[in-house]
Amino acid sequence: MISFQVNSENVAFDGDGSTPLLWVLRDHFNLTGTKFGCGIGQCGACTVHINGAARRSCMTPVAAIKGRSVTTIEGLAAGNDELHPVQAAWLEYDVPQCGYCQAGQIMATVDLLQRIPKPTDADIDKNIRNICRCGTYARIRKAIHKAAELQAEGGSDVS
Amino acid sequence: MSVNASFVPHSLTRRQFLVAGSTVSGAFVLGVPFSAATAGAGDVRQLGFFIEIQTDGHVIIGTNQPEIGQGVRTALPMLVAEELDVDWDKVSIRPMPLGIVKTADGYTWKYGGQGVGGSTGLTSNWDFMREVGATARQQLIQAAAARWGISPGTCTTEPGYVVCTSLGEKLPYADLVGDAANLGVPEESPPLKDVADYRIVGKMHKTIDARDIVTGKTKYGIDTRQPNMRFAVIARSPYLNGTPKSFDASVARKIDGVLDVFEIKGPAPGEPYQILASGVAVVATSTWTAIQGRDALRIEWDKGPNAKDSSEKFWAENASMLEGSGQVGVDDGDFEAAMAGADKIVEHQYAVPFVNHAPLEPQNCYAFVEKDRCHIIAPTQMPSGASRSAAWATGLERENIHVDFTRVGGGFGRRLTNDYVAEAALISKQTGWPIQLQWTREDDVKNDFYRPAGLHEMRAGLNANGEIAGWTQRLASASKYYRRPNMPDENLWEAELYADDFPRNIVPNLRLEYFHNAIGIPRGSWRAPAHTANAFVVQSFIDEIAHETGQDPLQLRIDLYGEERELEYGGHGGPTFNPGRLTRLIKFVAERIDYGRTLPKGRGIGLASHFTFGGYAAHAIEVVVGNNGDLSIERIIAAIDCGYAVHPNAVEAQLQGGTIDGISTALGLEITVEDGQIQQSNFHDYPLARIATFPNRFEAHILPYDENPTGVGEMGIPSAAPALTNAIFAATGKRIRRLPIKDQLRV
Repeated sequence: MISFQVNSENVAFDGDGSTPLLWVLRDHFNLTGTKFGCGIGQCGACTVHINGAARRSCMTPVAAIKGRSVTTIEGLAAGNDELHPVQAAWLEYDVPQCGYCQAGQIMATVDLLQRIPKPTDADIDKNIRNICRCGTYARIRKAIHKAAELQAEGGSDVS
Repeated sequence: MSVNASFVPHSLTRRQFLVAGSTVSGAFVLGVPFSAATAGAGDVRQLGFFIEIQTDGHVIIGTNQPEIGQGVRTALPMLVAEELDVDWDKVSIRPMPLGIVKTADGYTWKYGGQGVGGSTGLTSNWDFMREVGATARQQLIQAAAARWGISPGTCTTEPGYVVCTSLGEKLPYADLVGDAANLGVPEESPPLKDVADYRIVGKMHKTIDARDIVTGKTKYGIDTRQPNMRFAVIARSPYLNGTPKSFDASVARKIDGVLDVFEIKGPAPGEPYQILASGVAVVATSTWTAIQGRDALRIEWDKGPNAKDSSEKFWAENASMLEGSGQVGVDDGDFEAAMAGADKIVEHQYAVPFVNHAPLEPQNCYAFVEKDRCHIIAPTQMPSGASRSAAWATGLERENIHVDFTRVGGGFGRRLTNDYVAEAALISKQTGWPIQLQWTREDDVKNDFYRPAGLHEMRAGLNANGEIAGWTQRLASASKYYRRPNMPDENLWEAELYADDFPRNIVPNLRLEYFHNAIGIPRGSWRAPAHTANAFVVQSFIDEIAHETGQDPLQLRIDLYGEERELEYGGHGGPTFNPGRLTRLIKFVAERIDYGRTLPKGRGIGLASHFTFGGYAAHAIEVVVGNNGDLSIERIIAAIDCGYAVHPNAVEAQLQGGTIDGISTALGLEITVEDGQIQQSNFHDYPLARIATFPNRFEAHILPYDENPTGVGEMGIPSAAPALTNAIFAATGKRIRRLPIKDQLRV
């Protein structure tokens, strides 16, 4: 039995510990906001936070997160009707096209802004390595800068 | 759907098409739903299939088309809301399932044609959706007039209300729905609004369901969860047209959670297909367990008839074919005489590779096949095709197959083909369980209907004035028309050389010649199909002609495109092509990027423009190439003329995304084959570009033209790659004649 937290709730998984966290979240806990894109850590669609840091859940065996805390896109905002500032920035620039990669892009950006609150374009280029097949990169770049502004203004969640 | 033959589902006959067309404005779509006859009038909220008006004035509009990121789930409801006359902020959407009805003439549409491909999602519904809104508004007016005992002609509407100014009365739509639903459908559609009066259409609106996307609530096909659902994967033959000779599943079956293992039979080589490949299916209690089970299979493969296929052989055969004579598709004027009399000949070859669609959501499908019915939930561009695929797999009548389609995690043409639906239905039928078939990324990279590769030979003869008098494009390629039923060989060229593309009817003596290479790699429609290859080839060659004859690449294009005039265009996107619209665009992007300025060595600007399926686009790109060959894209100007922009926010997004797709593909993407096996497997060796490739100096402009919208999903891609390679030439003198660019700039 592997016990850990997902979005502040205590959970346990009693299957094979080598199962990637991605599939545990999707198939066992029905948290389908975290997406499968490549399975080898290349695309970032599966990005979640483990103890607050962005990780590729497709490459993380569930046994490795015993006792740790996982945040997924479903648990990113403080409350059900609220948005994290990064989500709010994403809506302001209407980033999504197909939308499939965007949960991962948002989780990666939240992590980036924790480490570099006001990233330059070069910081974005170096740190945001998630793939968007639709090509929303132009809007993602603007939304990251906007999210940095929103966080600097107060950092609290907006609805 | 008014789309060209290559996008009309195979079995949809012209007769069925017309039947469907007539249903569109008839009783099926706008008629009284069953609920109106049984419920008390006051309880009815539904007005026809598309509109529901709630007591608080909130309006739910049905969306009948697949959303693949092109914005159709927002754009079409905008059309309904505009004519219905409601406030956009009171609108939400409800995705509709596939609607087909069995008639004496075969199956026809219940909710209008459903399917997106060829950039027609908006244009084929432009009149229809406006009529849905206008008719419902007319019925609401009639209902109000009847209640007031006055003529409908004295009534009008304001958002959400029917108004009679002479009475000084108004009634909310919500109070009138029941009465309106019991009124007959008007014989003729009411007049539609003038474009100048639009309050919603043509304005900037955000993606209507974006909040669900950024909060992780949106359900894609892959997110389908149904009671008792099992999970399945397939080990498909790694050899093109290979088959399992034998397999040992003893280890796989011992894995806790593996429920069943069995063979899936693919099509005979060369024959029309329903699924792509033969293989072995594994069904389990979770996706990961199914993948573990698949990894534990020991399969001996019969390598099949294509075991010797290789990219090296393919390119050698193409070169060799070009030495001979091919099928002449177009032969205008006197090409031989024009070339014989030419003052100068320019001649080059260009190679364009196979590429993979790589939608980020891997193929998947939920299927539950029961004795007399079947339920499909799939991410698909062609839900009617999904219905046919499930009918093939199950033997059930299509009227007993219910198809729901989700928001799709990327289309790009891959999901015009429903092979994964057929696979899922086969597995559910075999096991009797509701199952979700999941493809991995490796499955997707190795099993696709790839964009065709080809070798293009271009020759132009110029007269003493530097004018192009003769032009030929000779192409040896694998046609996109892959194993299609009833497809004669002499038609294969039409998928790869669009007869009326530029410079036809501009260069008087023009010949298009085709050679088919029957390599075993499956081919299909990849966003803007042959336009991506041909725009690269033609727009590169124009640049080369300019440089080799001392002309300016911009001025040569302006001279060739010329003034506004309508040329005949028989292919998809016709009936006309106005090259003057390209003149306007190429001048615009050149001016925005300050084209004429002197640049230092290593810095260059490239231009290109193209007419794609009815829409027009141009790109200007500025690059810097370092001494070591490092390429940096410094600035991108993209412009589109889509006639009238219905949903400008999505038009801009599609132009940005198409530009990025074009550049990403040109930079690094190629599928190759060796010993009959696809060589790439995932994003490490099929490297889609990331954000760092694209500069913040990236402008996307919409240049309005008239009141007729064209599609926008494919127009942004074709001219992006040649603008980039023309810029590389301007910076370095190095001409890219083979895609992808990869490490060709390394010195």
